Amino acid sequence: MTLDGIGRGIPARIIAIDWHRLAGEEGKRLRALGLGEGAEVRVAHRGVFAGRDPLAVQVGAMTVALRRVHAAAMTVEPL
Amino acid sequence: MSEPLTVALVGNPNAGKSALFNALTGARQKIANYPGVTVERKAGRLVLPSGEAATLLDLPGAYSLDATSPDEEVTRKVVLGEFAGEARPQVLVVVVDAANLGHHLVFAQEAIEIGLPVVVALNMMDLAERDGIVLDPAALSQALGLQVVPTVAVRRRGLAELAAAVADARGMVPAPRQHLSLPERRLAARNIARAAILSRSGAHRVRTELDRVLLHPWLGPVILFALLFVMFQAVFAWATPFADGLEALAASLADAVRAGLAPGFVRDFLTEGVIAGVGSVVVFLPQIVILFAFILMMEATGYMARAAFLMDRMMAGVGLSGRSFIPLLSSFACAIPGIMATRSIADPKDRLTTILIAPLMTCSARLPVYAVIIAAVIPATRVAPGIGLQGLVLFALYLAGILGAMAAALVLRRSVTRGAASGFIMELPRYQLPLVKDLLIGLWQRAWVFLRRAGTIIFAVTIALWLLLTFPRAEEGESQLDVSFAGRIATAMHPAFEPIGFNREMTLALVPAMAAREVAVSSLATTYAVDAGDEEATMAALEAEVAQRWSLPTALAFLAWFVFAPQCISTIAVARRETNGWKWPGVMLAYLFALAYIFAGITFWGARALGL
Repeated sequence: MTLDGIGRGIPARIIAIDWHRLAGEEGKRLRALGLGEGAEVRVAHRGVFAGRDPLAVQVGAMTVALRRVHAAAMTVEPL
Repeated sequence: MSEPLTVALVGNPNAGKSALFNALTGARQKIANYPGVTVERKAGRLVLPSGEAATLLDLPGAYSLDATSPDEEVTRKVVLGEFAGEARPQVLVVVVDAANLGHHLVFAQEAIEIGLPVVVALNMMDLAERDGIVLDPAALSQALGLQVVPTVAVRRRGLAELAAAVADARGMVPAPRQHLSLPERRLAARNIARAAILSRSGAHRVRTELDRVLLHPWLGPVILFALLFVMFQAVFAWATPFADGLEALAASLADAVRAGLAPGFVRDFLTEGVIAGVGSVVVFLPQIVILFAFILMMEATGYMARAAFLMDRMMAGVGLSGRSFIPLLSSFACAIPGIMATRSIADPKDRLTTILIAPLMTCSARLPVYAVIIAAVIPATRVAPGIGLQGLVLFALYLAGILGAMAAALVLRRSVTRGAASGFIMELPRYQLPLVKDLLIGLWQRAWVFLRRAGTIIFAVTIALWLLLTFPRAEEGESQLDVSFAGRIATAMHPAFEPIGFNREMTLALVPAMAAREVAVSSLATTYAVDAGDEEATMAALEAEVAQRWSLPTALAFLAWFVFAPQCISTIAVARRETNGWKWPGVMLAYLFALAYIFAGITFWGARALGL
């Protein structure tokens, strides 16, 4: 299961990240924001109007906005 | 006596670094740019307990010293002493958010590893308490092996202790630290944070509740657009009494000069040239202050990042990301800080596109032009309770700029700035009640920049124009405007602008407006004042002249021109510096002038065809 497919508010842990699916320095930025393997996350908000992009993901005390393509590269397991 | 001390504030973005900087240094700050890169260099005076003054640098926020943005690059180079022309700081103050220790300690450890003496400011203790987190600063201090000072920048708590700790840390030689990898640092950060947190109860309630509404998929965008609409209405409506006051002041000043001086060159120069010219621009200070107040407030509360989140989908549609929304919104105040704010955009193509379209956002310098023309040719009727027709037209002009920018981005992203679709990754900071003092400092700095422009560049251009309008003197029976140098320049240029409905005075106004857009207004005011031999060169007089002399299609074409025209040399200069060359400013000038000419023409002929 990837982060873009998990329901809102369900706590999960990132178990793998497919770095090749992330462009350029995006992987580095995500990691700097605490979104790396082992991080415990929760999708807090998703999309505007009827769209499903972008996502607001809670990691620790922070909320990080990212796109679906990034979330799709992160394999998660529900806690 | 030891050498002067330089101290640098570093920390994650959103650690409350700027608020701490303001609290430590007060309003006495020097803001400049680092040479070569347009990253703001903020320096202030930090007074140590001994009474000695140290230089305090506020370095850009960074998530890591492994830089991914121009901002982080500056921080990295300065703390490593690799930045040419900047002395390496002798003490680092690492600012961490007390409520987000587990994350902020990752960067803190990286900063500590550098080997400079470090003091940790455990900032925003009050917000941590609000979130139900109880911390033990002593435990943190022990785990990190250095001084930790709890601070609440916005309440000025812990400032004296911090200054004392900086004085203590000075000259210390820290024990060498082992260099950790990012996962190791992350693990260590989590363990240290866990040990320092005595208890935590409840969590981020305020944020969750607010975000539920403000980031709601339907309600969120509606609230954002409502807020923007209120902002633009406010700019027009709330500023009026203040603007009237300033105008009355200018008028009485002119009266005083007239009463005190004999008729002649000097009196004309002061009343028609200086007071009419500069006064007509300064009148717009209230509107600019209101606009900046909204933008600063959105930034300080943490709402701006939410706006970026809400706008991301729409921006993605034209090949940009929500990140671009923040610089673009700032560009409504002025394209210069807007273009400078693009440095937080990591993707170079994305950043370049944002720079190229930023001048299409209606900056505050266009407001004077819009305001005068609208007031002159659009009736002040109400279309609905609380919504005036003039405000609506103003909104439409802003909208035209936005739509133009979106269309331009779409085309640019498919042509000159083609590249991979950009991503959108950003932290949504916690909501905060901004401190009035911080807002006032920000407002004062912006207002001062505007007034300085009015006092220097606008002043100079106005005087030059007045001289060109006044000489050579017209003989009896000749029109002063026809005979003057300025009139001859305008006559020469006029054939190029006649097809889009511009009259000669408008053509003339375009030239000095290159220095600063708002000069178009003072230039028109001066032109008509000189032409009519009228000493009443006030805004009301100008509006009357415009209403009487310009047809509606002509006035609308002039407005359309200003929506698109790159009428500001400073913006071009900043774009050149940001893009390291003349190529992109050249592209910017060419496409914006082309758009301005085409749309002014369409507006003029369209309005004529409609029989307006």
